[in-house]
Amino acid sequence: MKYFRILAAGLAGLAFAGLAHAAGGSKHAHAPEGGWPFEGPTGQYDQASVQRGYQVYKQVCASCHGMKLLSYRNLGEKGGPFYDPAYPNPNDNPFVKALAAENEIVSPVPNDAGEFDLRPAMPADRFRSPFPNDAAARAANGGALPPDLSVITKARHGGASYVYSLLTGYPDFDLYEDRITQENGETVYTTVIDMAKFEKLGADMPHHGPAYLIQPAGQYYNPYMAGDTKPNYLGDPRHAPPGGFLAMGPQLTDGRVEYTDGTEATIDQMAQDVAQFLAWAGDPKMQARKEVGLATMVYLGILTILLWFSYKQIWRKVEH
Amino acid sequence: MSGHESTYTPNSAFERWLDKRLPIIRFANDTAISFPTPKNLNYWYVFGGILAVCLAVQIITGVILAMHYEASVDGAFASVERIMRDVPFGWLLRYIHSNGASMFFLAVYIHMFRGLYYGSYKAPREVLWILGCIIYLLMMATAFLGYMLPWGQMSYHGANVITGLFGAIPLVGESLQTWILGGPSIGNQTLQRFFSLHYLLPFMIAAVVILHIWALHVPGNNNPTGVEVQDLEKDTVPFHPYYTVKDGFAIAVFLIMFAVFVFYAPDVLGHADNYVEANPLVTPSHIVPEWYMLPFYAILRAITFDIGPIDAKLLGVIFMFAAIAILFVVPWLDTSKVKSMRYRPVARQFFLGFVAVCLLLGWCGAANPDDAVIPALRGEASLVVNYTDTAGAVASATYKGGDEAYAAAEAFRASLPASAGASIDAVAAPTFLFRHLSLILTIMYFGYFVMLFVIGLSEKTKPLPESIHKSVLKAHKANTGTAVPAE
Repeated sequence: MKYFRILAAGLAGLAFAGLAHAAGGSKHAHAPEGGWPFEGPTGQYDQASVQRGYQVYKQVCASCHGMKLLSYRNLGEKGGPFYDPAYPNPNDNPFVKALAAENEIVSPVPNDAGEFDLRPAMPADRFRSPFPNDAAARAANGGALPPDLSVITKARHGGASYVYSLLTGYPDFDLYEDRITQENGETVYTTVIDMAKFEKLGADMPHHGPAYLIQPAGQYYNPYMAGDTKPNYLGDPRHAPPGGFLAMGPQLTDGRVEYTDGTEATIDQMAQDVAQFLAWAGDPKMQARKEVGLATMVYLGILTILLWFSYKQIWRKVEH
Repeated sequence: MSGHESTYTPNSAFERWLDKRLPIIRFANDTAISFPTPKNLNYWYVFGGILAVCLAVQIITGVILAMHYEASVDGAFASVERIMRDVPFGWLLRYIHSNGASMFFLAVYIHMFRGLYYGSYKAPREVLWILGCIIYLLMMATAFLGYMLPWGQMSYHGANVITGLFGAIPLVGESLQTWILGGPSIGNQTLQRFFSLHYLLPFMIAAVVILHIWALHVPGNNNPTGVEVQDLEKDTVPFHPYYTVKDGFAIAVFLIMFAVFVFYAPDVLGHADNYVEANPLVTPSHIVPEWYMLPFYAILRAITFDIGPIDAKLLGVIFMFAAIAILFVVPWLDTSKVKSMRYRPVARQFFLGFVAVCLLLGWCGAANPDDAVIPALRGEASLVVNYTDTAGAVASATYKGGDEAYAAAEAFRASLPASAGASIDAVAAPTFLFRHLSLILTIMYFGYFVMLFVIGLSEKTKPLPESIHKSVLKAHKANTGTAVPAE
């Protein structure tokens, strides 16, 4: 009977451990070295990093990805990257006004003649959408729809680490090889990746036999993307590399953005900054949440202690 | 109630006037103040109070959220985000409401296991138990309807799977499904009716809760010994202040855990896919319900074979609903005269096994049914070369082993002409899969209730204490070091 109890407890523990088990064929996302500053019960966003991240978004991502849930005013709200205590109403903040005005948008309301003007954005306006609608976005991106980035860190397992890992996870350019073959009299160009040299894969790196991965036209391999590489793998399908293909190629190259604060724009730096910016965009009230959380915990802690002593006091003469 | 005399004496002229017309103060006094409660209730008995708090929290936050929510397929997702971003403390309301559902279910499961352990479903409390089962059923319906409202991917596709279950019912299934959805598929009309019903059901829960408390106060509380109250003076204490303070302490502890989720891990119990707006054309790779539905989801998917004319899908639906329905008849399945499992050594072990089975079913519900339960025990996959032979028939050759198997398979593939269209696939080695485990656990789940029937007929139970009062004294002695075995 005792053994049964131990067994039951063990099984229960296993069940709990199992709930945390994640399925999927992609590589597990990882945080940058040193972790994220916004993790833990008191962690906050690194404001300078979120500011730089906005610059990366604006200059790199925004040409394809919209953020329709955000308005320019959000940048100047408490907890936001350009918050200034002198302007509690971000619509008055001249810096936020200037950031908004850098973007030309189609006015959401018609003018007196009933036409929709192109005009510089105001803080109250939504972030500029790169495409007028989804069909236009697909047409411009080879049929693939660039996802909206407003809540992307909440919409993917791994959150900011996923964004960071994906952006820095592409194979280096020297691993790509172009193969030219003749098929039915036509010249066919194929891009293959030499997986045996792809050291970022770590333990998942193939270490035997031929290890080429065919990259479909208009698609790019990334080990952090959910998907299946088996059909494209020229090798033992049992050792097909993790990850999948996506329509977005590697975007970050050293110095792609010139940071206004003078930080060196390495790929890793830009990926960290934009991931942190997107983490803020997905969860802009995190700072307020943790502040209210601390006060609530202190309150509940004191209440619990008082109730415990009241309980002891009231029940002291009752045997139970 | 409970045969105890009302102890209320109206103190003012107004109270006397009101007491003759609507004795509501007397009712409140007799129900929540002077109500005689066994003095030996342990901490497993605090969850009733916690559940009342959960219901109130869900209704209050829900009513305010409904002021800002937009029930339309075009606006629902954005309106939930707007609540989180632009409504003052909207993030707090929304996170309390979404995590509150999980806390509600956590508390109700402990409350139900408590009832099963101490035999709280037995005479004279059968109606009390059945009302509790009805509340649980309404809670499941409310949670399912509410999960649709954020209009994320999991909302949409989860609702698709569950409403599809009704389609499995023979003859009327398809019409029933269309009637529930308000059309051939999930659309705006479905979202609006789900919102309407999600707002309605909590008030129905509140009504059944009142009946549940009424049915509790007629026979009075059960207690860990399962021995009924014999002497109000010796066996019971008034509900207030004794249990108001004890429940209050437990509620405060529970709220601390609740707050940890709300403030520090608000999305950990949810699914990332639900932050992707619903898209009927893209199905998530792995559709799973919220954690509190997982055991039933595992039972649903455990049945993968037809029995006679009943196909696997319908069978799964039958078993899933039977898993809930069987709870309603537990009072008559359990044949033992002894209530508390403290005095039922054999049944007690089966109960602990039943708890483990429920947790493991939850694990299976979260897993992919075709994954190995223990991946380390799975052998190496074999390689299969699929090709079309010269006669035009589909053929295959299997190679087992390590790298040399691949070399052989690749050599064979290369030797075939291009017209054979040969390809190499990996076929996973057979092993113990989650759907096998689910099936075993499903049988064990129902087996528990069969065992309750069988064990009760012949079980040798331990001697019951003479009264609640005596049992308390005995436990007290054990605590102070005299050699009296506890339990």
